[in-house]
Formats: sequence, structure tokens, C-alpha cells
Amino acid sequence: MTVMQHIWIVLGVLFVFLNIAAGLIWVERRLLAMWQDRLGPNRAGPLGLMIVLADTLKLFFKEDWIPPFADKWVFIFAPAIVVASVLMSFVIIPFAPGILVADLNVGLLFFLAMSSLGVYSIVLGGWASNNKYSLLGALRGASQMIAYEVFMGLSLMGVVMLSRSFNLAEIVAAQEKVWFVFLQPVGFVIFFIAGLAETHRLPFDIPESESELIAGFHAEYSGMKFGMFFIGEYLGITLISAMTVTLFFGGWLGPAFLPPVVWFFLKTFVFIGLFILLRASLPRPRYDQLLEYGWKLLLPLVLVNLLVTGAIALWMKH
Amino acid sequence: MISHLRTMWLVFLHLFHKRETIQYPEEKVAMRPRWRGRIVLTKDPDGGERCVGCYLCAAACPVDCIALQAAEDENGRRYPEFFRINFSRCIFCGYCEEACPTYAIQLTPDFEMAEYRRQDLVYEKEDLLIDSQGKYPGYNFYKMAGLSAGVKEKGKGENEEAPVDIKSLLP
Amino acid sequence: MPRIYIDNMPFEVKAGKNLLEVCLSLGIDLPYFCWHPAMGSIGACRQCAVKVYKDAEDTKGRIMMSCMESVKDDLRISVCDPGAKAFRAQVIEWLMTNHPHDCPVCDEGGSCHLQDVTVMTGHDYRRYEFKKRTYTNQYLGPLINHEMNRCIQCYRCVRFYRDYAGGKDLNVFSAHNHVYFGREKDGVLQSPFSGNLAEVCPTGVFTDKTLKEHYTRKWDLTNAPAICQHCSLGCNIIAGERYGQLRSIVNRYNSEVNGYFLCDKGRFGYEFVNSENRITQTLIRHRAAEAVDEQTLMNHLPHILTGHTVIGIGSPRASIESNYALMELAGKECFYQGLPDNQVFLEQKIADILSAGTIHTPSLKEIEQADAVLVLGEDIWNTAPIMALAVRQSVMRTAAAHVQEQVPVPGWHDAALKELAQESKGFLANMSILSSPLDEIAAVQVHGTPDDMARLGFQIAHLLNNTLPAVDNAADTLLHNATMISQQLLLARHPVIITGTSSGSEALIRAAYDIAAALQNEERHPGLAFVLPDCNSMGLAMTGASSFEKALAIVQKNPDVTAVILENDLYRNIPADLVDTFFSKCRQVVVLDTLHNRTTEKADVLIPVATFAEGDGTFINNEGRAQRSYQVFMSPDKVLKEAFKWLFEMKVIRRAISNGHDVHPDEMLAGLERAYPQFKGIADVVPSHAFRIHGSRIPRESQRYSGRTAMQANKAVSEPKPLQDDDSPLSFTMEGYRGMPPAPLIPYFWAPGWNSGQAVNKYQQETGGALKGGDPGIRLFRETGAIPAYFQDIPDAFSPRQGKWFLLPQYQLFGSGELSIYTKGIAALSPEPRAILSARDAASLNMATGDLLSVQTDNRTYQFPLETRDDLQDGIVILTAGLKGMDALSWGTWVNLFK
Repeated sequence: MTVMQHIWIVLGVLFVFLNIAAGLIWVERRLLAMWQDRLGPNRAGPLGLMIVLADTLKLFFKEDWIPPFADKWVFIFAPAIVVASVLMSFVIIPFAPGILVADLNVGLLFFLAMSSLGVYSIVLGGWASNNKYSLLGALRGASQMIAYEVFMGLSLMGVVMLSRSFNLAEIVAAQEKVWFVFLQPVGFVIFFIAGLAETHRLPFDIPESESELIAGFHAEYSGMKFGMFFIGEYLGITLISAMTVTLFFGGWLGPAFLPPVVWFFLKTFVFIGLFILLRASLPRPRYDQLLEYGWKLLLPLVLVNLLVTGAIALWMKH
Repeated sequence: MISHLRTMWLVFLHLFHKRETIQYPEEKVAMRPRWRGRIVLTKDPDGGERCVGCYLCAAACPVDCIALQAAEDENGRRYPEFFRINFSRCIFCGYCEEACPTYAIQLTPDFEMAEYRRQDLVYEKEDLLIDSQGKYPGYNFYKMAGLSAGVKEKGKGENEEAPVDIKSLLP
Repeated sequence: MPRIYIDNMPFEVKAGKNLLEVCLSLGIDLPYFCWHPAMGSIGACRQCAVKVYKDAEDTKGRIMMSCMESVKDDLRISVCDPGAKAFRAQVIEWLMTNHPHDCPVCDEGGSCHLQDVTVMTGHDYRRYEFKKRTYTNQYLGPLINHEMNRCIQCYRCVRFYRDYAGGKDLNVFSAHNHVYFGREKDGVLQSPFSGNLAEVCPTGVFTDKTLKEHYTRKWDLTNAPAICQHCSLGCNIIAGERYGQLRSIVNRYNSEVNGYFLCDKGRFGYEFVNSENRITQTLIRHRAAEAVDEQTLMNHLPHILTGHTVIGIGSPRASIESNYALMELAGKECFYQGLPDNQVFLEQKIADILSAGTIHTPSLKEIEQADAVLVLGEDIWNTAPIMALAVRQSVMRTAAAHVQEQVPVPGWHDAALKELAQESKGFLANMSILSSPLDEIAAVQVHGTPDDMARLGFQIAHLLNNTLPAVDNAADTLLHNATMISQQLLLARHPVIITGTSSGSEALIRAAYDIAAALQNEERHPGLAFVLPDCNSMGLAMTGASSFEKALAIVQKNPDVTAVILENDLYRNIPADLVDTFFSKCRQVVVLDTLHNRTTEKADVLIPVATFAEGDGTFINNEGRAQRSYQVFMSPDKVLKEAFKWLFEMKVIRRAISNGHDVHPDEMLAGLERAYPQFKGIADVVPSHAFRIHGSRIPRESQRYSGRTAMQANKAVSEPKPLQDDDSPLSFTMEGYRGMPPAPLIPYFWAPGWNSGQAVNKYQQETGGALKGGDPGIRLFRETGAIPAYFQDIPDAFSPRQGKWFLLPQYQLFGSGELSIYTKGIAALSPEPRAILSARDAASLNMATGDLLSVQTDNRTYQFPLETRDDLQDGIVILTAGLKGMDALSWGTWVNLFK
């Protein structure tokens, strides 16, 4: 590939995913409304699609206020970290054969590394806000991340064992015959749960939980800085959905009547929809329940899964 | 876990239910008479102001958005010199109506009172007083009250005996 | 201490009390109507029923009225007993059968004892279906409103008005269920204590008519503990504000000072705060635009304050902080009192006597407890009405005490004591120039000139202590009276001698002192009380500053004088000629005052200052008790600052010292104490401005204060920032500490379930006792135990002069006040100016009542309608003093009279 092609791909990925993230504003509201027997945003533009534009403009024109008691520079940087780290993760996702930014042989590890960087934005944002609710949110965010990071990585090891590679393109290719979701059902469920926790989406939005922490770590944020957290969250949803598709649902693979990239995005949108459905239907657990669930149930489960997968893999080899 | 999945499924099915949304302002809402909307001050059957300036509505108001000053006319009838409701603070809880001993203050089924300037949401007595008895027709406080304020003389009210002749010792 | 069981809980209680008092003191809510802590029990309303048990085994018990039962050791009672509760509920239901459906339009609503008790007993639904009894109302004058339908026949009004305050014109008429409380016919209530009916009446039969003009519920007022400004007694008041206007004054209980009651002047004389005549702008005269802003004034002040001699003229009605600030501005030597020589001399004498500390000066409570009272030449009915009320109590209580010596009746058993005492009275000798309503209860009444009264006083002193000289050429009546009074005084344990400055006689003060000194011994502890003219007269006198005449002398010598006059209308106290001369000689005159008057007209620079309602200040009353009056509300006019704040800024300008911070009253008092040792202790009068309870201030507003977001919404819909009070621990909001504040900081009396003023029970250590934590105020005079030295300088007897008349003032409760006259009702009751002559003198001038009499004094001639009186001595002319617009006259001089 030429340098120009690389640049086009990078720009293309940025364009597509930032737009998807923005578009999710509309998608989420409409879907939530549907599930609550409402109509959702339908005033601005056809089908209310222009709400995306209106919302973005609103965020741009809101007062960009930094509280006088905040740690100014950290306060500014924190929201940038979440967007940057998530966007970095997209680097290794193969959207279709040949359409990916960087074909790393440790792609999966890179994803795990990047996604764990995201917690910095929460911790720093909460700390810099100098507000007790924000700090509580940040603390919760950090402990939640540590808990779920561990078995997120472990849940993927089954996939790695089966595909014998950390390279995502190879992992997709290894699903030519059968999607890993059928071979690693437990690994999929745990990865998805960990992904929810990782993006701190409902029902795992413990760090921000409006009803107890009045938006937690980003309580003090406004304007475009708040917008960054917002976009970061939608990007995170997209990322986890894309990763789920890549790792368990055969990535771009699909019947030939549609091009591979379309298959990839179709599958991704199904998972985005699932994310939103979870938000619409499940209540938030208590903080201690969440941690207990993580450490006492999911971690042993994922270890057992790993043991069984390894055993089967070893047995198959012989 | 099963119940979670069931919940998700049931919520998902709502995709195919009928929408509850009323497309206001194209579609209008059917208002019930006891709807708690715009607050008015009513008049008694004889056309007098019902409000006697007792301050109970102001005291009951949880957001303290009612301010008034009682005054008295030459007959001793109490009325509000001014009566101000700051609708930009009002939460339409209806406590004022509940507190009102004279049925003067009433909430009406009208919520279309948005303004572009917040200042325009401050209603004075002229804006609040209507020429009607509202929801409770037929009540005139001064006919029930003991004092005489130009509506009835002492002893002429409902359920009142004629004034005592203090010069008499007869039972 | 007897131990009693209330609902099986043991309590140690004070002997001699009744069960109702005991229950209330213990904090048990027990409803009552007819009982009043100051008036005792009569057992009329049947509301305070409790079950009393024979012994521990008795389970049935019997219902008794708790206000009529004495505490006995091992007594078992039940307040919560269902039978007692049902009885109380039944009583209130009966009382309510005729109570009108008036609460929304009743001024008592929200501070109504009847409402409280009805809720307390649980009566909430009217079962009685028959018609309600009605009454017609009466016109009771401009101060009190009458709405007889609301009456529940508890008899408190007549018990207060007639028995307690000695009024005649309110009574109970008719019979059975038709009893009527009112006057014989419509007319103004004559007693100067009629305003208390509004507080004594448990419901809305008698209400405050001045409040009606701008009616506000109790819960909507912004209240602060204040001090009455209208006489020298320093009664404690609660002043309430709403919408930037002072709305009402109610009594603030202080067991040492005013107890439960106020006089009408104090209660109703607050309207000056809301007057149109208020100065609201800083003015610099002789300019095109006289009204200037504060900055312009501050730029102008250096021109008149620096480089010139500055003299300060203090004020007896300004706070001690303000007077001190002026002393600091002008310098101690250049600070004058703004009062005539004679007045300064008299007040100085009083201050000297009290600071010598040889004889105790009694509080009003001690006067109430005195067993013999001698009023020497002061018309306390008009110049210190609450003291007159205290004297009346002393007389009644002494009579009751005599009864109790013979029949063991407890002190609270009002009806029984009255029945036994009948017409007998304690000893009071009332000496005054003219007859006074106190004469009725006085065993000895003497009317005469101040000198003659002083001679009688010296004769009494002689009889008490024969080392003192006797009065020579004494008349027989004088000798007779002296013998009688001295015998009675000798019988007493706590006699009180009262005199004052209103007759302008120094001899009276000396005589009073000699009597008290002669009475003092191991067993007998006499009190010597002085009445002064104004609310801070004592504070000003204690500074020891010299008189106006001295200031005039300075001005006449030095042409370059800037005079700073603090809250003092010089024309009220000093003959107009002198004041005019003074102003013409001053280079610049700076006047700080609250209301426009003749002095402010002469100001070159006029600075508005806060009244007691808009500013903090400490006032020293006649017994030397320093009491803080707290700011009630913040005036929307930013320039309305306390005078001491202005004066402090002026001092900063004058002394060219820069320090940017504002002054607190606390700092002023600390400075005063350092500079003037006679004020030692005054800085501790109240908790400091930084005082907080659990970090919270004490709110001036009730929890149910209404209209916060709408009151000012007509001006701007966004609520203004809450006002900040840097000078006191009180806040201008409804936020803050809701428990029991320290006694000097009680902004209003309220307790859960007790919305009326009766909530004061909860604030007292025991009913009728001191407030919890001690009553507010600090007495600056301490007894030294030094041996009193007698004055002994007996004046000659008064003898009329041919063609000349001795000029004496007559002060009027309604009318003589500089500030109270701004209340419409008080102005309506204020008498027309008049001259009083004895009938013989009038005949000699060939004049009769109603004729115009010309009085020539101070180089001017004034005309007054004449009134002739038989109780007046010949050779005296009496003029009403202190009426609005009248010149000050040289009292105690000989004047010419013409037809």
C-alpha cells in the first residue's frame, strides 16, 4: 500500500467512526424512545436526524467553563485521553480484507492496552474536578476497570488459543469455518459483559450514576469537554461492538452478496443496538454487587473457560 | 439471569407497540378540569374579589413564589393590595389552592404560558384575577365569616344569631 | 424540693408553684387560656385539666385544673390520661362552638394561642350544628381593634387591664353566655398599656390596629431583638419587618426589665422608621444638585474635616457606639452632649451617684418586688410608663404578701388573693407636680414644686437618720407627710425610691439619695431608681461630656469650627436663640440623623443614618444596663448606615489613617471599654459577631417565611443574593440554627406547636423566670459597698413671686416623644399644647380655661390655650413639653404671663 492509501484509510476510519459516534446520539434516543413507546427526536430535519447536528452545535456553543477550584491542565486533558485511546484501538481493527490501519501481530494486546488507558481519563477527570462526587466516580471507575480488565483479557485468551494468533486479521480468517462465538460462548458472554463495564455503559455506569453521584467524574464538565466524554463513550460502544464482531462473529465474513465491509458494519450495528437495549431494560447494580460479580463469579468462570479451552485444544492436538 | 434476558426480550418487543406520544402542538391534549395549570384568582358570586389576603397560599408554597400584601377597604373587607406569582418558580403543585380558605386561588387547565423573557412570567393581580367563580361556584367567604365587612351585617350571616343585646340579662 | 410524678415519671420541682407552671417549665405541652404567668390563676377556662391521683395505688384519679393545684411532695398526676385529654378536647369544642369562621381575616392568625391550643387538644371538626352567637364591636381608639365575636370569655383582658394595669374603662358586661368585654360606650381606651391586650388576649378580640394598616403574618416578618427607643427604661422588643417597612413591635420577654408587657408608646411608636420624613440621601447644601452620592460626599468631607477644629455633638438617643465614634472623631475634649447645662448637670449627678456604687439601683423586676415605693417628683406615668406599671405591681403584691402572712394562699392564686386583699394596698407615696393616675393607689399623694418635694424628701431623710439636718420653717402638712412616709419606709425590707430629671431639679436627686442612704442598713436594702429622658441618656451621661453651652462658647471664640451633630435635634432641647447663634457661628455643620427636623435644615452636609431598625446599637438604660439592639432589616438605600460607620469613615478621613475594613459594633465597644473605664464590661453585652452555633447563624426569618422568590420579582425576576450581616450572628434569611439561641439573640418566640407569643414559656428557665442562659444585658454599675455620703443641701421653700411664674414642663406619654409622634395613632392621641395654671392664678390674671395665655420666655412670646387645675400650686405655670414643632424652653426659670 502506498503512503497515500494509508492516509486515506486513516482519514476514512476517523471520518466513519466519528460520524457513527455522533450518529449514535440520534440512534440511541430513537431506539430508547421506541422501547419506551415514544417517538424520540423527530422535529429537527427528516426523522429528526438533524438532532445530531443540533446537539453538536449546542455542545460547541455552550460555555466552556473550567471551575476555579479545578486542576486546570489535567481537567482539560482528561477528556482528550478517552477519545484518543479509543480511536487508537480502531487502528488494529480489520474492517475488510486490506482495509485496516495497522496490521499488528500483537493487535489484540494493543487493543487491551489502549482500552485500559481509557481509565486515565476517568480518574484524572474526576481528580481534577476537585469535587467529592467526581472523585467518588473516579474511584469507582478505577476499581471497576481493574476488576473487569483482568477477565476481559483472559476471556479473549480462548480465542487466541483457537486462532493461534494475536493478529486480528488472522483471527477473523480463522473463523472461516465456524465463528468463535460457537466455540467460545462463555468467552463471548464474558467479553461482552467486560466490554459493557469497560465503556461504563448502563447497567454498569457506576462511575457516573446520575442518581447517586450526579454524573460522577464528569459532573463539572461542560461544553465540548463534556462532548468529548460523550463521544468517547459512543466510540467505546462502537469499538466493543466492532471487537465483538471481529473476535466472535467472523468480522467481515459473510455471504458474498454483500461486500465484506458492509457485513462488518451490519454486524457491528446489531451489537450497538444490543448495547442500547441493555440500557433500556436493565437496572444499575449496586457498586459492591458489581465488584463482587466481577471478582467472585466472572473471574473464576473465565479461568475455568480458559482451562477447558486449553484442555480441549491440547486434546485436539493429540 | 433468565429474568434479565426476559426483561430484555420484553423491552425489545416494545419496538412493535403503539406510540404514546401526542404530537403537540399539532395534536392538542384533552385537559381535565382538575389539571393543575395556570393559577387564577376568582371572584365570589356577588362579583367581589374572593382573596382576603390571608397569606396562607404564600405560606403553603414550597418554592415561595407567591407574594402579596393584604389591605382593607373602608368596610373592613380584606383584599390583596398586590398579588404576585412568579411563574418562573412555580411548580404547579396546587398547595396554594389547597390552602386557600376562600376558594380564591385556583389552578386551571392551561399550561400554554411560555414566554421568551423570564420577566414576563411574573404575574401581578391584574394578570391573575378573572371574572368568574372558577371551579367552586356559590361560595362567598364573607357570608360565612363572623366579621362584618360590608357584605353582611353582624348576625346576618349563614348560621349566625342576631347580635347579643348586652344590656339585657334575659337568657 | 418536692418530688412529683407526672405520668409516672418523677420530677424534682420547685415548691410553691402550681401544676400548670410546673408542667410548662418541664416542657410538657399543657393547654391553657386564663392563666398568665404575670397574672396568676383563676381557674376560669377549664382548659388545663389533668388527672390527679390519691397515691400510687389509685388508678382512677380525678380531674382537676392544674392551674389551681399546688405542688405537693409525692403528688401523682397524669397529663396524658385519656380522661383528662377527653375533658380538654371537650372544653375546647365548647369554646369553639361560637368562634367565628374568621381566621383568614383575623390578625391573630398564625400567632394565635387559641389556634395553638385547638390543634394541641386535637379538636379539628365542628359537630355543633346550631347558630353562632354574635356581638357588635366597639371603636376602641386608633391603636386597638375590637372584634368581639372571637371572644372565648377567658377574662384575661379585664384581668390585665383592670387588675394588673389599673385601667378603668374596659370591663365585662352582661351575663351568662352573653358576657361582653368592652367599654361602656365606644371610645379610646384610656390606659397607656392597652396595647398589651393584643398579646394578652389568646385570640383576636383585641389586635394591633397599626399592624392592620400593613398587615403581615408573624411567620412573614423578618424579626430581630431590639431595644425600645422611646424612654430610658430600655424595654426589650421584637421588631418585625416586611417589604422594607417596619411592621410591628411585640414584647420581648426579659424578666429583669419589661417582663411580659410594653407601654403603648413603645409598642406603637415605631412608624417613624417608615416615615416619609426620613432622610434617605446624602446632601451637600449650597450646590446646584444637593443630593449627592456617597463618593462625592467622601470627596467633599476632607475639605471640611481636615485643617479645621472639629467638635462633636452627641445624642442621648443615638447608640453608645455612635457616640463613641463621634468622640473618637472629634476627640474627647471636643465632644459635647447637645443638652442644656442644667440637664447635663442632673444626668451627671445621677451617673456619679450610680457609679459610686453606694446604693443599689433596682431593675424593674426589683421595683415590682419592692415592699414600699416612694416616687419623688417624677411623673413616671408619662416619662417611664413601664416603671409605673412595675410600681403598681409592687403595691398589689405587697398587699397580697400581707394577706399571705395571715392566710396560707399561694402567690399564684390570683382570685383568692384579690378577694382577701380587697382594697388594701402596699405602700406607695407619690409626689409629683400634677396629679397622676398613680395617685389612686398611693397611700400618700403630694403635689408641689420640685423644691418643696425635695424639702419633704430631706425631712424624711432627717426622720430616718436624725444626724441629718431637719428642714426649717416646715409646714405642718410637710411634717405630717414626712412622718407618715418615713414610718412606712422603716417597715419595709426592700423600699425603692424613684426620682428623675423631668422636673429639672437637682435637689430632688439629692433628697432621694439621702433618703435611700438613710434607709440602708444590714436588714434593709433600699433601691434608688432614676428616670432619664431618652433611651441612651445614661450612656451619654456616663461619657462625662460637657453641655451644649460649652460647645457654643468654643464656637463663639473660634471661627473655624466644623460641628458634627449626631442624631440630635438641638431645637428640641435648647432654646432656639442659642441654637441659631451656634449655627451662625459654625463654619460648617455636618448633621447625621434619621428624620428631617429643624436641625437638619441647618446642615451644610446632611448624612442619613439608620434607625434602630436598620442598624445595630447598644443602649444603656436608666439602671446602667447595656443592651444591644440588633438590626432588623437592611435598608434598600445603601447610604442608610449606622452613624458609627459613617463617623468611623470620617475619622479615617480626618486622621488620614487608611485601613479599608468596616467596623463592627463589637470593635467599637471594645474600643470604648479601653478608652473609658467607666464602661468596663460593655464589650461582653452580646456574643461576638463571629458567634455561630454548629457553624450556623441564627435566622431572623421563620421557617415558614413566604414569598422569597416573588417579593422582588416585579423589579427583577432573578432573586437577589441573600443579604449578609457582618455585624451580628443573625442572618437575614430563614436558614440557620433552629434550636434555642442565646438569650440576647432571640429574634422571635416560637416553638413547635406554639406559634403565639406564649411560646416564651419554652425559652424560660421556669415560667415567669429568667430566659435560658440568663436575661440579656449587662449592668455597668456595680455596688462597691462604700459608705454613702449625704448631700444634705436643703433648698428653700418655694414662694410665688409677684407677676412672675415658675415654668415647669409636663411630659405627655403620647406626644412628647420625638420619634413616636410619627405614628398616626399616637399623633391623634397627642394633646394640643396647653398651659396649666392654678385656678387662683388664672383668676388673678382674669382668665379661664380655654383662653389664650401668652408666655414670655427666652426673648420670645408663645401662646397657649389655658387649662386651670385645682391640684396645682400657685405661682407655677406648666407647659406641655416636647410636642412636635415646639421650641425648647428654659424650664425652671421665672417667666412673664399675659392674657
